[in-house]
Amino acid sequence: MPDLAAKKKRPLWYNLSPFNLPVPGLVSIFHRVSGALLFLGLIWFLFLLDMSLASEAGFARFQAYVGHPLVKLALLAFLWAYLHHLCAGVRHLFLDIEMGLELATARKTAFAVFVVSLALTAFIGAKLW
Amino acid sequence: MVKRVIVGAHYGLKDWLAQRVTAVVMLAYTLIFVLALGRGPISYASWKALFAHQWMRLATFLLVASVLIHAWIGVRNIFMDYVKTTGWRLALQVIVILTLAGYAGWAMQILWRP
Repeated sequence: MPDLAAKKKRPLWYNLSPFNLPVPGLVSIFHRVSGALLFLGLIWFLFLLDMSLASEAGFARFQAYVGHPLVKLALLAFLWAYLHHLCAGVRHLFLDIEMGLELATARKTAFAVFVVSLALTAFIGAKLW
Repeated sequence: MVKRVIVGAHYGLKDWLAQRVTAVVMLAYTLIFVLALGRGPISYASWKALFAHQWMRLATFLLVASVLIHAWIGVRNIFMDYVKTTGWRLALQVIVILTLAGYAGWAMQILWRP
C-alpha cells in the first residue's frame, strides 16, 4: 500500500515573481519600492524647498525649474510613489487594528489602494500641470 | 506563570510603534498642507508668509523629524532583508544615519532662515 502521508509532504513551490503575486502582494512590494524611492528623493525635495524659500529670485528659478517637462515627469512619478505609499500605509493601519483581514476584503482594499492612488495622482497632476 | 525573556534587543515594538506614529504625523501634515495651499496659485509672498508663521515652521519641523525616523526604520528593514554581509550592512546603515542627520540640519536651516 502506498504511503499517502509521505506523498502529501511534497515540497511546495511558490512563484514569487512580482508578475505572479496576488494584488495584496503587489501592494506590499510597491509599498517597499515606493518607500525606497521616496528616501532617495529626500535630497531633491529639500533642494526644491530650499530654492523656493531662499529669495524672490530663488522662487522664480524654482518655478522655471519645476516647469521643465522632464522635472514635471519626475515630480509626477514621486507624487505617485508618495500617494501609493500613503494609501498602502493607511490600509496597513487598518490591518493593524484587525480590520479587513479576511482574504476577500484584503484583496478588495489592495485593489482600492492602486485605484485611489492612481486617481489622486491623475487629479493632482492635472491640477498642477 | 512563566516570565521569561525570549530573545532580542527589544527595539522591535518601539520601532513598530514609531513607524505608525510618524506615519500619522505625516498624514496629518499632508492634509493640512493641501488645505492651506489647495485654494489657488502661490506667489513668493504667500509662500514665504506661510513659512514665516512659527506654527508652520514647527509643524514642518515635526514633519521632517517624522520623515527621518520613518525613513530610517524603513531603510534599515530593507537592508536587513537584502544585505546579508554584516560589514556592508553596518557601512550602509552608518551612511544612511549620517545622511539623515545632515538632512535634519539642512531642513532647520531652510525653515528658520530670516
